[in-house]
Amino acid sequence: MSEQTAVINKINQSIINRFPDWVREDEREGYEGLLVEAAHLIPFMEVLRDEFGYDSLTSVTGVDYLPEEKMEVVYHLYKSTGGSILVVKVQVPRSSPVIPSLVGLYPGAAFQEREAWDLLGIRFEGHPNLKRILMWEGFEGHPLRKDWVEAFFEGEFKPYEDRWPEGKVSKIETDKPLGKNINYPEGFNPETWIPDAKELLFQGTVSLKTEDDDPGLETEHLVVNLGPQHPSTHGVFRMVAKLEGETVVDLEPVMGYLHRNHEKIGERNTFSMNMPYTDRLDYFCSMSNNFGYALSVEKLLGEKYQPPERAQYIRVIMAELTRILNHFMAIGFFLNDLGAYFTPALYAIKERELILDIFEAVSGSRMMCNYFRFGGVVRDLPEGIEEHIRKMVYERLPRQIDEMDRYLVDNEIVVSRCQGVGVLTPEQAIAYSAAGPVLRASGVPYDIRRADPYGIYDRFDFDVAVRYHGDVYDRFLIKYDEVRQSIRILQQAIDGLPGGEILANKPAYKFRMPKGESYGRVEGPKGELGFYIVSDGTNNPWRYHVRAPSFINLTGLREMSLGEKIADLVAILGSIDIVLGEVDR
Amino acid sequence: MKGQGILKGLGVTLKHLIDTYLEDIKAGKDRYYTEEGVRQRMTSDTKGIFTVNYPEERLPLAEAFRFVPFLVYDEEDGEQIVRCTACGICSKVCPSQCIWITRAEDPETGKPLKTPAEFAIDIDLCMNCGYCAEYCPFDAIKMDHDFELAGYERMEANIHLKDRLLKPASYYAEIRPLNYALEQKAKAELAERKAARRAKVD
Ligand code: SF4
Ligand code: SF4
Repeated sequence: MSEQTAVINKINQSIINRFPDWVREDEREGYEGLLVEAAHLIPFMEVLRDEFGYDSLTSVTGVDYLPEEKMEVVYHLYKSTGGSILVVKVQVPRSSPVIPSLVGLYPGAAFQEREAWDLLGIRFEGHPNLKRILMWEGFEGHPLRKDWVEAFFEGEFKPYEDRWPEGKVSKIETDKPLGKNINYPEGFNPETWIPDAKELLFQGTVSLKTEDDDPGLETEHLVVNLGPQHPSTHGVFRMVAKLEGETVVDLEPVMGYLHRNHEKIGERNTFSMNMPYTDRLDYFCSMSNNFGYALSVEKLLGEKYQPPERAQYIRVIMAELTRILNHFMAIGFFLNDLGAYFTPALYAIKERELILDIFEAVSGSRMMCNYFRFGGVVRDLPEGIEEHIRKMVYERLPRQIDEMDRYLVDNEIVVSRCQGVGVLTPEQAIAYSAAGPVLRASGVPYDIRRADPYGIYDRFDFDVAVRYHGDVYDRFLIKYDEVRQSIRILQQAIDGLPGGEILANKPAYKFRMPKGESYGRVEGPKGELGFYIVSDGTNNPWRYHVRAPSFINLTGLREMSLGEKIADLVAILGSIDIVLGEVDR
Repeated sequence: MKGQGILKGLGVTLKHLIDTYLEDIKAGKDRYYTEEGVRQRMTSDTKGIFTVNYPEERLPLAEAFRFVPFLVYDEEDGEQIVRCTACGICSKVCPSQCIWITRAEDPETGKPLKTPAEFAIDIDLCMNCGYCAEYCPFDAIKMDHDFELAGYERMEANIHLKDRLLKPASYYAEIRPLNYALEQKAKAELAERKAARRAKVD
């Protein structure tokens, strides 16, 4: 750990030496990284990208430091060639939070800056399309600000006082009827509001204008809404596509239908309460979500809470099983989207169910596992499970992935629908902050398990899966490669599984978190899953942010879709592999 | 040759179909509507049809399986001894804050007693996380295996009060035999140590 810190310090120092007037070290207790003046942000980032090689801006978020009357924007960057994260921060007064937008340098910031504007009210100057992304346009206020309260507000922090010792049960909606505690912008009445023109229907999405057409001919583009309820959108999600004939000339994803402000809930919660909530982000992969959250909290807690050996192995086993089940599902449902209706999905579900049996036996729940704890895992493997996992990873899963491979990979219809469609070049993939299979299918062999190892991943022998065409077909095939690599890791992990403790120093039900910030990231099945946490030294996080891979992977959707046929949109979206629980949070 | 890929794929589907019948012949009547049949479908070498005809067939639940919690009471001479001491820890760790506890008071002195007068869980809010059972220092609240809680109304039916929540320790022993045995053993050891210490003092 200290070795890594030394390297980071050296990098930070060399950057400060380059810009002595613009940059200084963040010296607050428990904080890391660099503070930059807002006025110099753009030239500074340009040099970081072009000279220092920080070509991927992986996470952008804000923090509302209410007591200090400041807003802070936090950037996490990495080099696509590997190494640890660089943290850059900009502070602005809370009364006028304006920061230059980085979309020109890093197009991958587009959705994240919109999110920060939407939820925190930080204005990004120069953003081409700065409007709300998760909330709807008529929404009043910026919900992640510390002084904003939600509709069924009960108290600043959990646990609420009225539960014990004089708890009187009641349903919150009878105490606080909905409608009486919601604010609308002035002059807005949801009962009477009717969108009055076609423009308004698509307001904030693509424009209908036909700028470049023949001026003598008055035509309009056709706009097609795919979704919000559409079987191929994997949830409630909308794509507004502008068409020229059958060709897509513009596209905008519209999301937020499943938004519940996970982060606000997280800031009301205590640290340990958040663990089961993370299950509900990407609900296929609760084990990976747990992993990421546990890592970032353990960073704050310090050495004493490093998990024991056995727990480290169990964590890897669970995370890799999760990757396998996620990829089986992604393959199955992607083929579903292509029209191979439900037979492949059912074969995929079969493998998933067998893995879920393992999860149920160890954690008590098939999907909402809540299995990780700070400092280990909650329960040891019950009898017989180790044997079952061994059989799965040595016999069944290798056989089944081969069968899936034989099944539809060479299918001529699949091939002709996928090859060369929805291409994302390596440069674009990095620029759009793509992560996980989307990034690696575009020829960038970046895998956090290798590039910035966490847990005990540095001990395993595996290859980083990579494919080079960046099209839908490669994003489909790479999932097979990754499953095979995961099986390799699992075989080593189950053979090496030591005995001993599974939980070191479990924190009591109530504990104070040391002050500071931390960013823990894992290579989730869908890409980099990061948790950014700020602790002010109390029981509850001051800021809790999730870097959701499928949300950020959607930033490149428009780029992939331009010039393609409308029928291919479904395949392109399916190849990104999104889960709306995580996109909308 | 064009079409080869399609044929290869169809072969896989055909194999699945044939496997189902081969398994049927191999396992005979036992394949459906029996516990062994369902268990066979959960092993790593299951083949052919895989679905389970709920509710006639049911997947066996793992011991760790958790659903909305219940309160445990011990039985002594036909009397219910509620294990809960109304310490309030479960209601404080509960992430969705769905546990309400009223601590009992001595009717004469007004001093708090170590037992709940009322205990309520709103199962609409409960996220089945299992924290309450994990953190309770008295093994008084445990996660249940009963997941068939559908009803026609939610305002009252989905708020479980003390009477509804209380279940005997024997039920707990039945659904979680291994855990129960471990806890009993730990308790017996503790009692033994205490007795030994007392003997020393005397
Ligand atoms: S159930 Fe357990 S934790 Fe909850 S109040 Fe009773 S004794 Fe305390
Ligand atoms: S299972 Fe979790 S959510 Fe449900 S009552 Fe227990 S602590 Fe609360």
